[in-house]
Amino acid sequence: MSKRTFRVWRGDAEGGRFVEYNVEVGPGMVILDALHRIQAEQSPDLAVRWNCKAGKCGSCSMEVNGKPRLSCMTRISDYEPEQIITVQPLKTFPIIRDLVTDVSWNFEQNKRIPPFRPKAPGPDGKLRMWQEDVDRIQEFRKCIECFLCQDVCHVLRDHEKKQNFVGPRFIMRIASLEMHPLDTVDRIPQTLREFGSGWCNITRCCTEVCPEHINITDNAIIPTKERVVDRFYDPVAMLTRKIRGEDPARAREEGKVP
Amino acid sequence: MSDQLVQIGGHGRGFGATTRSDNWWIGPTLTFLGLSAFIVYASWAGMQGAYYWADPYLSPMYAPLLFVDPTAPGSAPVDHAWFGTFPAWWSKLDGLLPGLPKRALSTPAALILIFPATFRLTCYYYRKAYYRSFALTPPACAVEGVRRGKYRGETHLLLFQNLHRFALYFALVFIVILAYDAVVSFFKDGQFGVGVGSIVQTVNAILLAGYTFGCHSFRHLIGGRKNWMTCDGGKASTHHRLWLGCTRLNGRHMLWAWMSLFWVGFTDFYIRMVSMGVITDLNTWD
Ligand code: SF4
Ligand code: SF4
Ligand code: FES
Ligand code: FES
Repeated sequence: MSKRTFRVWRGDAEGGRFVEYNVEVGPGMVILDALHRIQAEQSPDLAVRWNCKAGKCGSCSMEVNGKPRLSCMTRISDYEPEQIITVQPLKTFPIIRDLVTDVSWNFEQNKRIPPFRPKAPGPDGKLRMWQEDVDRIQEFRKCIECFLCQDVCHVLRDHEKKQNFVGPRFIMRIASLEMHPLDTVDRIPQTLREFGSGWCNITRCCTEVCPEHINITDNAIIPTKERVVDRFYDPVAMLTRKIRGEDPARAREEGKVP
Repeated sequence: MSDQLVQIGGHGRGFGATTRSDNWWIGPTLTFLGLSAFIVYASWAGMQGAYYWADPYLSPMYAPLLFVDPTAPGSAPVDHAWFGTFPAWWSKLDGLLPGLPKRALSTPAALILIFPATFRLTCYYYRKAYYRSFALTPPACAVEGVRRGKYRGETHLLLFQNLHRFALYFALVFIVILAYDAVVSFFKDGQFGVGVGSIVQTVNAILLAGYTFGCHSFRHLIGGRKNWMTCDGGKASTHHRLWLGCTRLNGRHMLWAWMSLFWVGFTDFYIRMVSMGVITDLNTWD
């Protein structure tokens, strides 16, 4: 057991300040353990959101020494023994109190995305697909909705373009629906015009912070951007479609996807 | 760092504002230096218009040779150029640019460097690299960048980035040309042999292929754009196999990007040094 100093932000929408706590820490302890010890021994009113303590519920997101992290998965021993550990609430979302922010904006974005609409079943009443068809999409299903990627994305964090861009987590949701072989909704025009795929400049911070190690940028955002290019920026593809009289939105609705 | 106005949550505001305590600036600084060094060297080497040929080696910065100026030292023989010697009026243009090297415009490189340059400029990896290290939007994760409130991402001036696939089409042609040049580098006066230069040129073609075939647009075009990875009810498909192969390269796209960038510069440098007589190429011919 040894003592470590934590600098924890305390306050609400009116304002606040950093408060230092000296905490007894032991081997294997994570940041959330230290916060619980502060609650138990020094400040019972410290607000922290958590649930599973296993990196699976996505509730305990906060910023530790300036980096968006799951506090239940961040070991104290990862920081140099002499270092003071600074703990802050997420920057991108409105504060409720202390380390708890209101992330409901994310749920609102989710609702804007047209959900999965499967095509009509085959003659035997069944819909079939194979594992290879959905391997890509399954990576995205690992998401625990911790919103660390939304927090770190500079479009939302620094430029505050919440009006323009739904953020990496939801471009990824769009990707998983658009790549689905059985889906019949065309979301590409909306992805460009309403969900703001062009606002992302692929600087990859979402991928760097994702605790599930989802390759958000390479596997979801860039492929989605390429689909937007097919539809709106590639003059050759656009001309070819015109000549052949193809309408990708209709084809998709009819369940005819390549 | 600028003055940080501490706000709700203890987060600073303004360029460079961050609570990160690690050396986040090392990455963008190294990228800045690496890319700058390459740009300076490539511009210098490209504008020389000389010492790009050391029989049978040809610098990749000059391939393919469209026109040559046979009077330049270390230049390729005229019959190696697709269209022969530079037209006279072209060579006169050089005089218009005082202060630049003698053959800054009548250099074979001037005609072709634009293609690989555009490919790398619009590459999804390099975009990340220079948006972070040159444009500072943002310099690093959770570090505030510049243009707060004025940032438009790739919705406006940078819309041209969406044409990356067209640069890819040219890059694929260049792979063929550079692979051909690599094969040719094993033959001197019709005689097969091996020199350090042949190996350097071969590695160059391999690294460029690894970079190009791992391209995100390529990955999309050869299979990613499809929703069915199987065909005809669960059968394995060629596009799925191609896509898997490309995905493997794509996972290391940054590494391929840097290795191939460095090696192109090094290949030019090596051939330049041999051509100038500064170093002697070890080979089986002499
Ligand atoms: S890659 Fe795009 S979505 Fe991800 S953090 Fe960067 S700007 Fe945001
Ligand atoms: S994509 Fe990763 S970082 Fe983003 S919400 Fe899901 S798990 Fe969290
Ligand atoms: S408490 Fe569930 S992820 Fe941390
Ligand atoms: S994405 Fe890097 S070369 Fe295309």
